[in-house]
Amino acid sequence: MKINSKARIPAGRKSREKNLEDKPASDKEWKLRLYVAGETQRSLTAFANLKRICEEYLANRYSIEVVDLLKQPHLAQIDQIVALPTLVRKLPAPVRRVIGDLSNQDRVMVGMDLSELKI
Amino acid sequence: MLMSQGKMVSINTLKKVPTGIAGFDEITGGGLPAGRPTLICGGAGCGKSLFSTEFLVRGALQFNEPGVLMTFEETADDIKKNVASLGFDIARMIEQKKIFIDHVHVDRSEIEENGEYDLEGLFVRLNHAIKIVGAKRVALDTIETLFAGLQNQAILRSELRRLFGWLKEKGMTTVITGERGEGALTRQGLEEYVSDCVVLLDHRVIRQVSTRRMRIVKYRGSIHGTNEYPFLIGEAGITVLPITTAEMDYGVSSRRVPTGVPELDQMLGGKGYFQGSTVLLSGSAGTGKSSMASHLANVTCSRGERCIYFSFEESQAQIIRNMKSIGVDLESHVRKGLLKFHATRPTVYGLEMHLALIHKMIEEFKPVVTIFDPVTNLQAAGTLDDSVNMLIRMIDFLRKKNITCFMISLTPGGSRSLEMTDVGMSSIVDTWLLLRDVESGGERNRLMYVLKSRGMAHSNQVREFLITSKGVKLVEAYLGSEGVLTGSARVNQQNLERAHERLAADEMQRKKLALQHRRKSVEAQIEALRAGFLAEQDEVARDAASDDVRRQQVEIDRRSMAASRRVSNAKTQL
Repeated sequence: MKINSKARIPAGRKSREKNLEDKPASDKEWKLRLYVAGETQRSLTAFANLKRICEEYLANRYSIEVVDLLKQPHLAQIDQIVALPTLVRKLPAPVRRVIGDLSNQDRVMVGMDLSELKI
Repeated sequence: MLMSQGKMVSINTLKKVPTGIAGFDEITGGGLPAGRPTLICGGAGCGKSLFSTEFLVRGALQFNEPGVLMTFEETADDIKKNVASLGFDIARMIEQKKIFIDHVHVDRSEIEENGEYDLEGLFVRLNHAIKIVGAKRVALDTIETLFAGLQNQAILRSELRRLFGWLKEKGMTTVITGERGEGALTRQGLEEYVSDCVVLLDHRVIRQVSTRRMRIVKYRGSIHGTNEYPFLIGEAGITVLPITTAEMDYGVSSRRVPTGVPELDQMLGGKGYFQGSTVLLSGSAGTGKSSMASHLANVTCSRGERCIYFSFEESQAQIIRNMKSIGVDLESHVRKGLLKFHATRPTVYGLEMHLALIHKMIEEFKPVVTIFDPVTNLQAAGTLDDSVNMLIRMIDFLRKKNITCFMISLTPGGSRSLEMTDVGMSSIVDTWLLLRDVESGGERNRLMYVLKSRGMAHSNQVREFLITSKGVKLVEAYLGSEGVLTGSARVNQQNLERAHERLAADEMQRKKLALQHRRKSVEAQIEALRAGFLAEQDEVARDAASDDVRRQQVEIDRRSMAASRRVSNAKTQL
């Protein structure tokens, strides 16, 4: 099973956490959260797309927390979730949101400010 | 429509849920369709949000149906404040899990769309909220905001359709608000998805005065009032005032209410108005209408009964001062709490607000007599039609409560138009008094007459209406060769007649004297004649006597002559 709360990938997190502020954008820790409602085809696709992009550009310095709203419905209100799937970039600030199954990689790059890392 | 209101509930088979909104349940014959979505649409500021909030709050408070408010525009704090102004403690209701407020914030600038998505998040949130409070009611205000926040309209539309279907499946009585669009009920065509019940709210400004109106555009499976119903937003939330509830099944009273002017009581069959009847007093400016009204107020309060005086022209202090000058003391009644003034400019609110306020004050004060001075000014707060409509409803309300309604109508000058301007109202009043002024001989004088008075023998006389320092007096007007005489002309006429009388009396006296004289002279004449006669008689008697004497003398003479002849016959013959 790919998606559940265990799907968190704390790759290289501990080592980088301490001096987060000093690092350039390209070096920062990325904290992502993906909201889904159950294991639908769309949420699986979204997760797969996200992981692929992260592996490509943010290897070892990202974490993806998958929140299943069917299990934690109260989070939907707290985090202002309307559409699903929703990807929220918690860190680095500012918070960014992308909704959809992330099938367009270029737009994910733009939406998450990843494009600068692409160069 | 008028009469069928009461039956509507029994005819329909559709289950309805009362909203608790005053008047709304009456015009829908029971409320909103149970377990189905209802669309409330209208322009900005027409009361959509309030309607949906009130629907939930009243549902939770009055009908034990908890509700979920999903707001897309205002935050939960805003809602709390708004509702607090209506006297609902929504914070406590949230604590008690009767109401759940979820503010959905969607900002296009914060959201990047990428690929396929759905609105399952909204479903999750709603489902969660419904579970928490055990909701029976849901309000979505205003879900159209999503169209501004999300780009993919196709997804949005299909998801909304799914949402409404889902709510229906869950048996939620739902209110969905939608902004009025051009040429359509809602900007996003929400009416396509909500096919059960559509209510249109409207906020119109006519002659600078705004009136809110409501119309049931559609109510599937139910008979409903099709009219536009005025409604207002007051201290207690929305109040719909269905014209159609003005039924005519009120009882009547044969109790009489003195008018405060004994002479007028005389004209009205000796007793005054009927309790619970509608009295219209019309007249042009300065004919003493308010004075009549204050007499009624005075006599009512003097009996220890309550009277409420709605003034649309003068303030309380003004009326009290002015009436003191004609010997009517209203101040003491106010102090005793028997008389209540409510002075407002008609243009302060729309007609509906006036009507609602009047209703409210009457419900609270419970008067026996209400005075409206003058009702014609209400036209300033709307159109003529609207004001007449409003008055009819007000009159019906008062009749139902058996409250005597005394309305003053100001008519423009010129006596010809006097009976014309009130035509709209004349048929609904029971007693119609007319005050008019007559100009003659360089002065204006007031006349009053009873134009009609249902159910009592009333005088057909025109009376002169006098305002004295001891109150209003009605005196009989004089009919002269040039019409009705009033004022100094009447006084003149009275003097003239008095002079005539005196003259006639003098003449009589003179004639009597003359007769007496005549009698005396006749008697004198008779006396004289008799005296003459007696004299003649005496004379005749005297003549007769002397004749006898003469005859005797002749005899004597003859005898003596004969005697002497015998002796001296020779001598004689010699």
